[in-house]
Amino acid sequence: MKARITVTLKTGILDPQGKAIEGALRSLAIPGVESVRQGKVFDIELSDTAAAGAEQTLKEACDKLLANTVVENYRIELL
Amino acid sequence: MRAAVVLFPGSNREGDALRALRAAGIEASTVWHGEHGLPAGTDLAVLPGGFSYGDYLRCGAIAARSPIMDAVRAHAARGGLVLGICNGFQILVESGLLPGVLVRNADLRFVCQFQHLRVERADTPFTSCYREAETIEVAIAHGEGNYTADAETLARIEGDGLVAFRYCDVQGHVKDGRSPNGSTNEIAGIYSPNFRVLGLMPHPENLIDPLVGGTDGLKMFESLADSLASA
Repeated sequence: MKARITVTLKTGILDPQGKAIEGALRSLAIPGVESVRQGKVFDIELSDTAAAGAEQTLKEACDKLLANTVVENYRIELL
Repeated sequence: MRAAVVLFPGSNREGDALRALRAAGIEASTVWHGEHGLPAGTDLAVLPGGFSYGDYLRCGAIAARSPIMDAVRAHAARGGLVLGICNGFQILVESGLLPGVLVRNADLRFVCQFQHLRVERADTPFTSCYREAETIEVAIAHGEGNYTADAETLARIEGDGLVAFRYCDVQGHVKDGRSPNGSTNEIAGIYSPNFRVLGLMPHPENLIDPLVGGTDGLKMFESLADSLASA
């Protein structure tokens, strides 16, 4: 089975990369861009045996490595 | 005193760290990150600067999960000394040995320059050869040194006097918003609550020889040597 994990910076944490991208989009005159926050996406393939407890397994993966929960949030989607 | 400098894939300041330790009379050797233990008799574990694992995922994130870090955590739990410089500081916060996190410099630039620091306290194993509030000049070289923590953590760090160094000007004045990287409260380095673990972004190990710009960094290593001699 497949899963997608999205890691984003928490609200209020400075995101200079997002700000720079926001500025670049403005300079390209892309209309209506209010703000940009940059994040990371992890596409993960799980073995069939791991599917049963997938949500729990992926939560552990996020807490232990994929996200630094001091400054980042994560969202798990089972596809 | 014996020091072990941990070598991660992508470390590049381990030679400087070894040289600074030896200049202060500390016996020092390297240990590979895949090892499960520090060499017998290690008093001080040093996590050197560099770009461990190419800064993949987050700076220091993957190195913080390598086998040797369990040994470093155990060493710290026993009251052993741990020093993390630059990428080593990033590894310490990622490993949970120090609180907070180091994010991208506020202006997005990699900063590489000489920098003045204020020594916040001179009663720790890392700073006993300095004077309290002394201004020292060392080098900084990082892209992700912007120290950030939640309000509660910051209040605890400040309240317990755990800030080791702050970025300042040549007169020693710490000015709000004038850090080279956007760090909260101009924090350049912090201690663990027992003052046995220090993480800092600047490179004291690069300022130990008048030939390369100054010797203000040497006193940190001399302090460490003294702390064990007097223990």
